Amino acid sequence: MATTGQPQPQPAPQAAPATAPPPTRATELSNRVKERFPDIVVDSMKEKRLKITTSSQKMRDVALFVRDALIFDHISCVSGTDYIGKNEIEIIYFVGNLSQPELKDFVIAIAERPKRDNPVVQSLVDVWPGVEYHERETYEMLGVNFQGHPELKHLLLPEDWSDLPPLRKDYNSPGR
Amino acid sequence: MVAVQKSGTFQFLVGKVNEVLQDAIGAPIRYLANWGRLYSLWPVHLETACCSVEVGAAAGSRFDMERFGALEAFGSLRQCDLLIVMGTVTRKLAPRLKLIYDQMAEPKWVIAMGACAITGGLYFDSYNVLRGIDDIIPVDVFVPGCPPRAEALLQGLVLLQEKIRKSQSLRGV
Amino acid sequence: MAVETEYVPDADKIMNVSLGPQHPGSGHFRIKLWLDGDYVVRAEPDPGYVHRGEEKMAEYRNYIQNVPHLERPVILDSCGILFPYALGVDELMGNKVPPRGQYLSVIMAELNRIISHMYFLGIYGVFMGHTTMITWAMGDREMFIDIAERIGGARVTFAYIIPGGVRNDMPDGLKERALKTCDWFDKRIQEYEKIFLYNPLFEGRTRKVGILSRDDAIRLGTTGTVLRASGVNSDIRKDEPYSVYQDFDFNVPVSNDGDSWARLWVAIEEMKESLKILRQAFTKIPDGPVRLKLGPQPRVPAGEVYTRTEAARGEMSYHIVSDGTPRPYRLKIGVPSFKNMRVLPHLLKGCHIAYSANLLEFEFLAGRIG
Ligand code: SF4
Repeated sequence: MATTGQPQPQPAPQAAPATAPPPTRATELSNRVKERFPDIVVDSMKEKRLKITTSSQKMRDVALFVRDALIFDHISCVSGTDYIGKNEIEIIYFVGNLSQPELKDFVIAIAERPKRDNPVVQSLVDVWPGVEYHERETYEMLGVNFQGHPELKHLLLPEDWSDLPPLRKDYNSPGR
Repeated sequence: MVAVQKSGTFQFLVGKVNEVLQDAIGAPIRYLANWGRLYSLWPVHLETACCSVEVGAAAGSRFDMERFGALEAFGSLRQCDLLIVMGTVTRKLAPRLKLIYDQMAEPKWVIAMGACAITGGLYFDSYNVLRGIDDIIPVDVFVPGCPPRAEALLQGLVLLQEKIRKSQSLRGV
Repeated sequence: MAVETEYVPDADKIMNVSLGPQHPGSGHFRIKLWLDGDYVVRAEPDPGYVHRGEEKMAEYRNYIQNVPHLERPVILDSCGILFPYALGVDELMGNKVPPRGQYLSVIMAELNRIISHMYFLGIYGVFMGHTTMITWAMGDREMFIDIAERIGGARVTFAYIIPGGVRNDMPDGLKERALKTCDWFDKRIQEYEKIFLYNPLFEGRTRKVGILSRDDAIRLGTTGTVLRASGVNSDIRKDEPYSVYQDFDFNVPVSNDGDSWARLWVAIEEMKESLKILRQAFTKIPDGPVRLKLGPQPRVPAGEVYTRTEAARGEMSYHIVSDGTPRPYRLKIGVPSFKNMRVLPHLLKGCHIAYSANLLEFEFLAGRIG
């Protein structure tokens, strides 16, 4: 059956989210980042997500600041997007945190945007060792070179892959 | 002696005796061999993709694949004679799949399970997926579905047994 | 036993062994091992035998067409893996899912958690050579598949949690049956504990094997059962309650041992907690519609979200970038097992090769990446 019934007046079991975060937390965090790095862009994706966009040179410092000063210690995911129109590739590190109970629902995204023609960035393996395979995946999927990565080689693709990196926008699947 | 051997009547006689003997001995032996193979299928443990959970369920206690004469999949490749390709075969796995097939001893049979193993299924436009495994290895039974239910796999198994029962050559298919 | 290898191995004696991709464990995954005698000196995972390019495929399909193939990477937990996707698209579109839909998605996610953990128990038992475990676990798993099948209409692939709610309502009379199954399974779990968990032979093979310290667990970015078995109290259902999880009363099992046994214990305890949630959900479920009508090709406003949920194996996350067209511009799938894979070389090092099998337990749903 598809959706059942008429929208009757509901018994409203949806208690207002009791754990609603105080609105100051995101701003507080972003203020701390801005204080330390006055010239980088900080915006919030939503109330529990903070996105820091920085240049590739500053990336390492920002990452160390986020790890040591803000104590965001748990790498959650590394994603990359190919913005072909702007000739840029965006690499985002999503960092969560397991040591401060009051900030457990927060995720900080640190983004950098190298140029698309020759994307070379600094590896963050020594900041968060957990990113090792994530960076290898980003390397082969988007063709981004991570300098300082201990072992940058194919992880998921076949050994003899010689085409463009598949997640680049100008790569087309053979079936399409 | 030499002259007799060359004579056509003798050759004809030998041929006739051969035929009679083949019918009299060959057919029962073939029947016996096929019957033996039929109920002792050993699958290779090769979980290529998500269809393998239904193989797990079929081998589990509710469906119990063993009552049809297919054992649980924990043998060496050299002892196995059934290769169930459980789903998607990627380009990275394809050479290994061929290798595994070549390493198995004759006689051997292949079941292609799931839409992915048959045509590529849901992943028809993926850059890393083989569109059907019959490009690289011969397939005996196709079991469609995504994933096929455990019952469908069992039916595929019974169909394969039917095929083995009718097999004409002692080397298997 | 995990032995610290402080010595420098003799380079001539090192043997290179390739475990897989066809091996009596999880078949689609290879580990390259460097052995000295039968101690592992170095290990290097080699996944990608099931890499199907789902992230690229997602860019060719619209948000609804993406549903079926996105649940395939972790098929045992097919609702758990779709959950963050639906949450993410709902968030981008600003949908408010009707309460009955939210309850149903929680019910299916918890059923799937049990189904997935049962399969895990069975395979784990086979790794150990404990055949009773697989026959029991596979048989009992079917009880929950039956319930899930009556709600979702299939045995494993439900495509049930979709943007805007759930696909259909549950049939009448299912509640009584589900509650009965929960009661039955509560008793059954005690037998599992007696026969497997506290079995001296079993304990001998799993206690103090593959110990992962709390710091390493956080540093290496592990999630889910592995993290909780190492003493970190982290469960996204509690930390960042999504859907209606804040309505339920349940605990997060945490163990401080960090060994192979503790990971199994956490899995079994989690099933008990899932039963608790299921009972509450089935009794509390409100009436009403189960989904919003979105049409076949919903337009999603431009934007970017990062959503995460607690799937059976750990933190499941999606990064969705939309540019306002009916198709996602970029969709990144963060599969828990891929996150846990980093731990494997760390644990295998210095370990006896015979124990590598129980460490493979991490990987049992893994390799299914992208
Ligand atoms: S046919 Fe379906 S279930 Fe089987 S491997 Fe392919 S996608 Fe997975």
